[in-house]
Amino acid sequence: VCIHRVRSCSSIRFIKSKYVCVFDKSALKFSHQQRLFRTSAVSCGQIVQFKLSDIGEGITEVTVKEWYVKEGDSVSQFDSICEVQSDKASVTITSRYDGVIRKLHYSIDDIAFVGKPLVDIEIDASKGVAPEEDVVETPPMSHEEHTHQEIKGHKTLATPAVRRLAMENNIKLSEIVGTGKDNRILKEDILNYLAKQTGAILPPSPKAEIVAPLRKTEAVPAAPKDKARKIPVPVSRPIAFSGKDKTEPVTGFQKAMVKTMSAALKIPHFGYCDEIDLTQLVQLREELKPLAELRGVKLSFMPFFIKAASLGLLQYPILNSSLDENCQNVTYKASHNIGVAMDTEQGLIVPNVKNVQVCSVFDIAVELNRLQSLGSAGQLGTSDLTGGTFTLSNIGTIGGTYAKPVILPPEVAIGALGKIQVLPRFNGKGEVYKAQIMNVSWSADHRIIDGATMARFSNLWKSYLENPASMLLDLK
Amino acid sequence: MVLQSLKNCLWLSCVLRTPKAFFWSTASGGLIIQSVSNDIYQNLAVEDWIHDHMDLEKQQVLFLWRNSPAVVIGRHQNPWQECNLRLLRQKNIKLARRRSGGGTVYHDLGNINLTFFTTRKKYERMENLKLIVKALKALQPQLDVHVTARYDILLDRQYKISGTAAKLGRTSAYHHCTLLCNTDKSVLSSVLRSPYKGLKSNATPSVPALVKNLFEEDPSLTSEVLLDAIAKEYATQHQIDHHINLINPADETLLPGITNKAKELQTWEWVYGKTPKFNVSTCLNMAYKDSVLDVKVNMDVKHGRIEVCNIDLPEQWLPPGLYSELVKSLTGSKFCPNETTTLVTTLLRVCPQDDELHSRWSLLCENMIMLM
Repeated sequence: VCIHRVRSCSSIRFIKSKYVCVFDKSALKFSHQQRLFRTSAVSCGQIVQFKLSDIGEGITEVTVKEWYVKEGDSVSQFDSICEVQSDKASVTITSRYDGVIRKLHYSIDDIAFVGKPLVDIEIDASKGVAPEEDVVETPPMSHEEHTHQEIKGHKTLATPAVRRLAMENNIKLSEIVGTGKDNRILKEDILNYLAKQTGAILPPSPKAEIVAPLRKTEAVPAAPKDKARKIPVPVSRPIAFSGKDKTEPVTGFQKAMVKTMSAALKIPHFGYCDEIDLTQLVQLREELKPLAELRGVKLSFMPFFIKAASLGLLQYPILNSSLDENCQNVTYKASHNIGVAMDTEQGLIVPNVKNVQVCSVFDIAVELNRLQSLGSAGQLGTSDLTGGTFTLSNIGTIGGTYAKPVILPPEVAIGALGKIQVLPRFNGKGEVYKAQIMNVSWSADHRIIDGATMARFSNLWKSYLENPASMLLDLK
Repeated sequence: MVLQSLKNCLWLSCVLRTPKAFFWSTASGGLIIQSVSNDIYQNLAVEDWIHDHMDLEKQQVLFLWRNSPAVVIGRHQNPWQECNLRLLRQKNIKLARRRSGGGTVYHDLGNINLTFFTTRKKYERMENLKLIVKALKALQPQLDVHVTARYDILLDRQYKISGTAAKLGRTSAYHHCTLLCNTDKSVLSSVLRSPYKGLKSNATPSVPALVKNLFEEDPSLTSEVLLDAIAKEYATQHQIDHHINLINPADETLLPGITNKAKELQTWEWVYGKTPKFNVSTCLNMAYKDSVLDVKVNMDVKHGRIEVCNIDLPEQWLPPGLYSELVKSLTGSKFCPNETTTLVTTLLRVCPQDDELHSRWSLLCENMIMLM
């Protein structure tokens, strides 16, 4: 029991109730419990010293570990004020009053004493009149610190904070079904009720299935049996009823992205797109998949795309080059370190497969598996993420057809691969057949790459993939 | 000894384990529940749920749980100080921060966790620990176990077999403790040894102790046997049925809101972000070409993010523009190897393409990342 002692009164009276009496007539709730305890009438903004109550086990002092409030913050009854620790016990101290924090008596890591003031709270002089018929003057129960509302003869339990929320939104508590203990109405019940009224989405639904890096390189084969294409669940956030905008600083990784993308867009991009018929490749992969699995490796389409790109770069090495800052020199890179864009929780990361020019398709598959598992575990090393010379982005695993990819400096070209779709096409005999079609969108640095070069490279890459057997001729 | 094992078998066969949902409303003075999950976050979420939503006035609760390998730090601790985070990541051992105070523990299936839920007024740790000791002695009277003033349970007067922590809220409280049955001690000692140097912090430090498994003392003391014995003793003391109710922490209908609680416990903001402010002051010894560079590093980390960063490099070792970019990017970013790796590799894209520069940059960044 918190006893509020008044220093200035000559005849000292002790308040037995847990609530401090307020003289403002509009807050009738505790009026019958009022006992005269001050000779001077105070109408509002009375400062109460909230003392640290007994922790139990004879403990007299604790260490203040974290403040949940700061001076000037508004608190409601039962809001958490701070966390203190004593002898392996962590204790959450909650507010006994509604009001505004005026003073914190301790800093972090200070020792606080039981029975001594912890914070000073300026008690609310009940602004915003609660509709009088909703409030019933019932004596607070000895161990239950909630107020009751008696509406139409039906007792409804709700804390002052919940009551206020209902009042702010013009809701009659009698219309809400409480899900708390003893049918108590909780904040969630009010929010759910409101959601139903406004059709808002509550509570937050699971994040949209952002494809984990492991599935990134698996272009979804649009085979007839695979109809269960995931319908993206819109990412929704809990509705903030205060309606305030939220501003966060751009930090760490995002800051670096800002810098890179700003530099990237200084590069004059041009785009070139095409359609690739992967029907033969799909079949080939089906045959090779089990062989790879026997060796413990997942074989997706990416290793083929990557190897074909490398073969193309051998013929058009300017696409694997780098232009220096002053645009004075072009460096033709010897290694084909082909980057694979991966989507992670943090955002876009681009690890690369080193020296693809001397790797087999299987070697590439092995390396991709390694990069994917490290990527999803958040354990990619600096060497995995640096040294790239050319990039492929398989955005098709998430969706889309054509794209406009942004070149990642210091590279000069990038390709975005759309999803594989089953579409009708004409074959050589003029017959319609089911084709596995994928779109590719290339972007290149127009300062040193011209459209014709990009087109020829794309055609070569396309021919390798449309007729995989032709890759055998040029494989090194 | 044979009689003892027979007795154990009988207990096991008699114990009713039911996954029924209606037990929340039983009027008896106590309730024993056991989690079917071995996921540390889900199980910690159950504790949160009971603490926040159950009325413990009429009914106290004993919660039994075990976890697959995880390191659990106390509410106000510093994970960099307490464990080998690199090793945890390599071995795929989870890291969790619980809401109760106290020190760091290693959990695996050979360790059992017991949580005693009561009202704030009935919070009494010694009683609970004595209950456990009583149960152990009932199983094996020869066992030399006793409770210390620090709320530890010691075996043979020297080996710690149980550590305690507690959480007190407005109306309810819980006291939980571990019990070493058959934990992998080599993993335990390797993960709980921090390699990070130069950390200065006011976070609660752990007190290392010699440990021993009960299984080593007496092979009949398996996790199952111990769980049952403790449940039996609890049942006796609370005058209730020796009946363990199974609960599934993924059951949103039984425990509404539990999924969100489990999610919150897994966020970076909770696990790492709740670390009290600390400072890293150390010296990187970087071997570059023919010499070794001593680079002093000083960082203040608050809420798990780098607030201030100073790296004392030799003049012109890195172009000044690049150095300030690095410091600017690190400031405000998470004190996390993954975040730093992606940050520095992304920054490298806008640097002059110079091999010498790149190798210096990589060297410095690799060393910085090792601090995290």
